[in-house]
Order: sequence, then C-alpha cells, then structure tokens
Amino acid sequence: MDLKDKLLSSFLAFENNVDLENPVHEIRSEAIKNFEEKGFPSKKEEAWKYTSLNSLQKVDFSIFPKQENTLEYKDIKKYFLHEIDTYKIVFVDGVYSSYLSETTHDGVDVCLMSSAFSKPMFRQVIDVYFNKVASKDESLTTLNTAFCKEGAYIYIPKNKMPKKPIQILHLATGNEAALMLQPRNLVVVEENAEVQIIERHQSLTENEVFTNSVTEIFAAKDANVDYYKVQNDANTASLIDNTYISQKDNSVVRVHTFSFGGKLIRNNLNFYQNGERIDSTLKGVTILGEKQHVDHHTLVHHAQPNCESHQDYKGIFGEKSTGVFNGKIIVDKIAQKTNAFQQNNNILISDKATINTKPQLEIFADDVKCSHGCTIGQLDDEALFYLRSRGIPKKEATALMMYAFANNVLESVRIPEVKTRINKIIANKLGVRVGFEL
Amino acid sequence: MAYTEEELKKELETKEYEYGFYTDIESDTLPKGLNEEIVIAISKKKEEPDWMTQWRLEAFKAWKEMEEPEWANVTYKKPDFQDISYYSAPNKKPKYNSLDEVDPELLDTFKKLGISVDEQKKLAGVAVDIVMDSVSVATTFKKTLAEKGIIFCSISEAIQEHPELVKKYIGTVVPKKDNFYAALNSAVFSDGSFCYIPKGVRCPMELSTYFRINQAGTGQFERTLVIADEGSYVSYLEGCTAPSRDENQLHAAVVELIAMDDAEIKYSTVQNWFPGDKEGKGGVFNFVTKRGLCEKNAKISWTQVETGSAVTWKYPSCVLKGDNSIGEFYSIAVTNNFQQADTGTKMIHLGKNTRSTIISKGISAGQSQNSYRGLVQVNSRAENARNFSQCDSLLMGNLCGAHTFPYIEAKNKTAQIEHEATTSKIGEDQIFYCNQRGIDTEKAIALIVNGFSKEVLNKLPMEFAVEAQKLLEISLEGSVG
Repeated sequence: MDLKDKLLSSFLAFENNVDLENPVHEIRSEAIKNFEEKGFPSKKEEAWKYTSLNSLQKVDFSIFPKQENTLEYKDIKKYFLHEIDTYKIVFVDGVYSSYLSETTHDGVDVCLMSSAFSKPMFRQVIDVYFNKVASKDESLTTLNTAFCKEGAYIYIPKNKMPKKPIQILHLATGNEAALMLQPRNLVVVEENAEVQIIERHQSLTENEVFTNSVTEIFAAKDANVDYYKVQNDANTASLIDNTYISQKDNSVVRVHTFSFGGKLIRNNLNFYQNGERIDSTLKGVTILGEKQHVDHHTLVHHAQPNCESHQDYKGIFGEKSTGVFNGKIIVDKIAQKTNAFQQNNNILISDKATINTKPQLEIFADDVKCSHGCTIGQLDDEALFYLRSRGIPKKEATALMMYAFANNVLESVRIPEVKTRINKIIANKLGVRVGFEL
Repeated sequence: MAYTEEELKKELETKEYEYGFYTDIESDTLPKGLNEEIVIAISKKKEEPDWMTQWRLEAFKAWKEMEEPEWANVTYKKPDFQDISYYSAPNKKPKYNSLDEVDPELLDTFKKLGISVDEQKKLAGVAVDIVMDSVSVATTFKKTLAEKGIIFCSISEAIQEHPELVKKYIGTVVPKKDNFYAALNSAVFSDGSFCYIPKGVRCPMELSTYFRINQAGTGQFERTLVIADEGSYVSYLEGCTAPSRDENQLHAAVVELIAMDDAEIKYSTVQNWFPGDKEGKGGVFNFVTKRGLCEKNAKISWTQVETGSAVTWKYPSCVLKGDNSIGEFYSIAVTNNFQQADTGTKMIHLGKNTRSTIISKGISAGQSQNSYRGLVQVNSRAENARNFSQCDSLLMGNLCGAHTFPYIEAKNKTAQIEHEATTSKIGEDQIFYCNQRGIDTEKAIALIVNGFSKEVLNKLPMEFAVEAQKLLEISLEGSVG
C-alpha cells in the first residue's frame, strides 16, 4: 500500500478520534477530498521539477504514534535555545508534552491548537483565521489540513508583546520505525503587537521521520513578527514546511530559515501582502553535505501599493548535496511603488553537488523597482591565498570565507543567542573552530 | 511642448501596422489539411529524393503522437492544424536571370518595405535570398560566393545539388522529434535557406534572407541550415515583415547552426510579423525552434530584434559541446497592444572552459505580456564554465506585464554563473534631467529607450542596424530616435 492510500484509509480511523460536530471537521473533510484528487505532487509539476517525493512514498510510515513518550529535559536540553528564558511548546512524536513545555495565558495566548479547536473561548479566532491563508488546493497543505489536530497556537492581542520569545520544538523519539508527523500552527498577531518565535524539528534517533508542517501567520496593522526556523535535523528526517503569511498595513514580518541538517527539506514560504507600506523579509542560510536536498520555494505577492520585500538566500553545497531555490515575486497592477528585491548566492564546493535556481518575476505594474540577482560560484582563490599567506591554515581560511559569505543573512537576526547558536552550528558543520564569534 | 508618457502611450496604442499590404500574386496552393499524402505531395512537388520523403514521414509520424506545449506564459486560440494549407508557391516559377524578369508586383512589395533587391545589391553588398511564400525566387551574388566555395541557396536546391551535406547535417542539432513545432516543421517544411562555408573561409559579405508570409491562410515553415566548417566565419541575417491579415497565421520555423572547430557564426534576426490590430485581433503565431551547436573553440552569437507577431515562442539556444566554445544571446523584444512574447535562450555547457553571455531587453507597452524564459545548464564535466545573464524590462503603462523565468542548473563546482534582472519604468528624474538640458520629453523618451536597447542594437551588423531601427519605429514610434 503506498502512502497516499494509507493516509486516505487512516483518515477514517482519524475521524473516530475527533469531534465530528466541530466546524473545523468540515474543513478537514473538504481538504481530504482535495488530497484524494491530487495526491502527492510529482516531478512533472513545475513547482516540483527538482524535488522528488517518490522515495518518501515508499516508506511505511506510521501515521498515529503511540501515546505518551517521556523524555528527560537533560537529554534534550541541547536542542533548546537554553541560554535565554523562553516560553516553550514541546511536542514529542506529535503529542504535546506538558512536562517539557511552558505555556501562558497571561495577556497573550501561547498554547495548543487542540485546545484552541475545542474551547469556546478561542472559537472566534479560529473562525476568523484558521485555514484562511493556507492554500486550499496545494496537495500537501490540504493533506495537513485534513489531519490537523495539534500544533502551536499563538495569539497576541492588540498592543501586547510576550515577555520572552517562544520556542516551538518538535521531537521524534524513534520509538516507531518510521513516523509521519503533521503539526499545524496558527500565529495571530493583532494590531501593534509583537512576537518572536523559534521553531525546530529534531529526531533523536536514526529512524525515519517525515514531517509535513503547515504554519499560518497573520500580522495585523503595525504588527511585528520574527520567525526563525532552525533546520538541523538528523540525516534520516524529511521536512516539508508550508508557511503562509498574511500581512496588513505597516506590518513587518521577517522569516529566517537556517537549513543545515535533514535528508530532504522543502520550504514553501508564501507571503501575501494585503495592505500598504508592508515590509516582508525572507532570508536563509543553507549549508549542505552528504546526499542532502534542500528546496526553498518562496512566493511574495505584492497586492497593494508602497510595499517592500527583501529576499536573501545564501547556499553552500558540498559532497553530493542538491540545492534548489525557486523564488517568485508577483506584483499586481495596483501595487505601484513596490520595491522588491531578491538575491540568491550559491557556492559549490564539490563536483557532485548540484544547484538548480529559478528566480522569477511576474510584474504587472509599471512604477516599481524590482530586481533579482543570482550567482553560482566558488570561493575566491586569491582571497584564500591572502589568508593562507598570513598563516591561517586552508581549512580555517575556507571556513572564515564561508562565514563571511553567510554573515549578511545573520545580521538581521534580532535575538543574539540565536545568532550565536547558528554560528556554532555553522562551525560544527564546517568542522572548524575559528576561535572567535562573528 | 508637453509630450508626456500618457500621450506616448496613446500614440502607441493607436499606431496601426504600417506595412500591412497584400500583394496579389497567383499561387500554386495545396488543399488545406495535413496527412501523409500531403507530406508526400510536398516532397514530390519539390522533386525530393526518397530519403528526404522518408525523413519527413518519420517526423510526421512523431508529430501525430505529440501534444502542443502549454508551459509558455502565453494564451491564444490554438491553431487548427487541419485548416492550414501547407504549401503555396508563387506561380510564375521559371528562374529569373535578372531582376527585370521578376514579377513587377513582387518588386513593388519589396520597395514598399524599403528593402528592394537592387537597392540592397547596390548599397550594402548583401546577397539576398528572398523567400516569398516558401519558394526562393531570387538569388543574387551567388557567383561571388561560389568563387570562395561558399554554398548559399534555398534548402530545396541544396537537397537536389548537395544531398550529401544536407543528409549529414539536417536534424542533427534540432532532431525531428525535438518538440511539437519542430516535428511539424520537419514534416512539412516548404523551403528555407542553406549555407555552407568551407574550411578556413571568411564569408566576404553578410548573407541575408527575407522571409515573408503572403498567401492568405498559408503558414510558412522554413528550414534553415547553416554549416560553418573549421575555422570559417559567417554573418547571417534574417528579417521578416508580413502583410496584414485578420486570420491568425502560423509560422513554425526551424533554424540549425553548426559551428565546427574554430568557426564562428553570427546570426541576426529582425522579426516584424503582423502583430494583430489594437484590439488584439489577428496577428501571426511565431513558434520557432533555433539551436546552434559549437564544436571546439567555436562561437555562435544570436542577435534578435522581436517587434512583431501576436504570439512569440522562441528560444535561440547554444549547445556548447566543444572545449573553449562561446555562446552569445542578445535580444530586444518589444510588445505592444495585445502582443505576447515568451522568448529567451538556452545555454547548455558541456565542454571545458565554455563561456556564455545573455543580454535580454524587454519593452512592454499597451496590454502586452513580455516574458523572458532562459536556461543556463552547466554539466558535471564542464570545468570552468562561465555565464553572465542580464534581463532588463521596461514597462510603459500599467496594463502590461513583464515576467522573468530564468532556470539555472549547475553541476560543476568550478562553474561561475551570474544572473541579474531588473524591471523599471522610465524615471521621471531621467526625463527631468533631459528636460532641464533643453531636450523635450519626446526626445528624452526616445533617448532613454534607445539607450536601454543600445547594448543589443550595437551587436547588429551595420547593414542591418538601419533596418532594425526602422522596424522598432513601428512598434514604438515616438520613443526611438
């Protein structure tokens, strides 16, 4: 039985465990129909030209993990950003772990989707926002919608800001031979409110994990959202991350994606600008080795005048890894004075590595400034020679130059501890200690 | 004088196709429709050898199995392939010894276009192989070329007289099953040009042909084959204008270039098929497959000025097979009213130290859509491959669109690839700068558009540059000085 059939039959079992009277279930039934019709995307589709899901579909993933897996904090401490105090929403094999988490209802709501679905006090927010920006015909998104049950629910009311950043951590224990997870997150940031979120997926063993995650983010007028995705999973884990962001007037949303680990990662990052003077920032650092595959698929839809978007993705590809970047900017007829900027720089350090990049512009307005740049190259031999002639060994010199290459992206990270952590991961990945923090 | 962009836009929109006239020449036309008999009939009419007929039939067989591509960023009513006559030839067939014998009406047509054969002869020293409705009616300067051993003739003549060359090279760069339109062309091509430059010969003049569609309801399927043998050089020009017609006309050409070791081919095109009227009615469908193959140290350079056609689907490509080979692509695409253009290039780097340059300029006005679609592919054995791409778009008015779809695939760590694209309109500050120096707005816009396309216009051969300017005028009068 292939994965699609298995998922379709599991949906019936899934229905036994959820409240069928809940209006959310209507959305789920609608979504499963779409998935049944479309199935998993194939390489024949333009959007999936460079990324194949065939190997994943052959694995016998268990859809519903056994309940309750206990973990000790000390064993998993290193996966947390433990240097600073944060709210934590932790899931173990897709199940919420109250023992490891720290949620709040003090002025802001940092809690769970399952309670947001079931408790009447959240009903209004769910009605207004849930599944409103997520695609209703993209097959993997609808697959997630069909099985949506658990995930992080974050609601920041007008003029509020949580006391500390929020961490969302998805852990896979490896108790199952192969596990499929489908977390669903909803982040609503009301007028003039602010939030900082760090998300991480981590499997603790070599057992295969396939995560198909959907996150919806709503930024109201003057809202300010920072979202950091740390992707440094085991090389047996695959992640499809679908993020949909809807922005209103004057809001600022920044999404940073750091991809270092994982077998197959696909990031579908979609920004919809539904107001004026919006600022959207999409940045990413990707450093890959072995047979890793990372596909960044971004969309920025400028639908109103006077908005800006900034995209900057840097990639370093070694061994047999594959990198894909597909960035799309759409500027509607009325979106005059748009300022859209997109850049993708790549370095190939191995003969077996591949890069496929496709930066696209679709522009229907005339008074705009849109540009994209894309480069593929190597480290500058002369610069390398300069460093080595001053006594820096080749390995360190190379690492230094790669640091410098990626540094642009790190500059806009607003939590210093996140920056430090990313620097450490980069150092690990490159296998060197340069002896100072950048 | 206050000549604003608004006014310019209005003028552009109301500008009718100037060269829309129709020459009444009796034609020998095959019945509409396409089947094996028609393919055989075309082949027979051209008195082709058996291998050519078989080749056409194989292509036709493949074409029947294929589907029309839909991935391009264009929308149009698909042509009914059974409602097209696949062959028409001017009736008065006997070959002319001098221009005086040519049908005066035909000469008149060329005069209206400003490209009369004798003028070309006198002024430019260009040998013109005129293809009017598929059959070559005049070939000049043949003698000068023959002295150098250069073969420049229509492809049907080449099939008769140089079958060994045609048989060896036809379909080697664009296989007959390459794509839907290439297969169609392979099955039914009526005529086209053939050119062979022998080893070490530098062609003393620019070779040029003018393709035109004339007969109502006939599509034109040319086939061009240019072979530059080792160490040779040729510059080839191709230009088109077509009479105004309400019915959509189909144009599916195939151009194959072969540049052997150390050879260089420069291929320039000015395309000005009828773009349809300002309501978007009529116009030519231009679905062209152009590809060149570079052997060691060879160079192929494509230059195109695309101002016409209702729908353009065209990707002149270079396969950089030999080490140290060079591919270049310079393009200006102008779209106005309801025109749609999806054009670009493919640079396939296979050999070591291969280099490619892409400069693409798109200008959209009216309600037109202008897309750049390109592929730069560096294969794993292409050490030290280098590519530079630049795509700039200029938008005039807020009803048109400019799109960029660059595909970049690198499989070698020594590859160096750069791509940049910008989209902008004519800046008010730019116009202001000109105004304050006493240049009126109309002139200023002309200057700016001219400057915007200069990089590409400069690449055209001298003789052609004047013609290109003339054709650009039709699409963007008032903006090109």
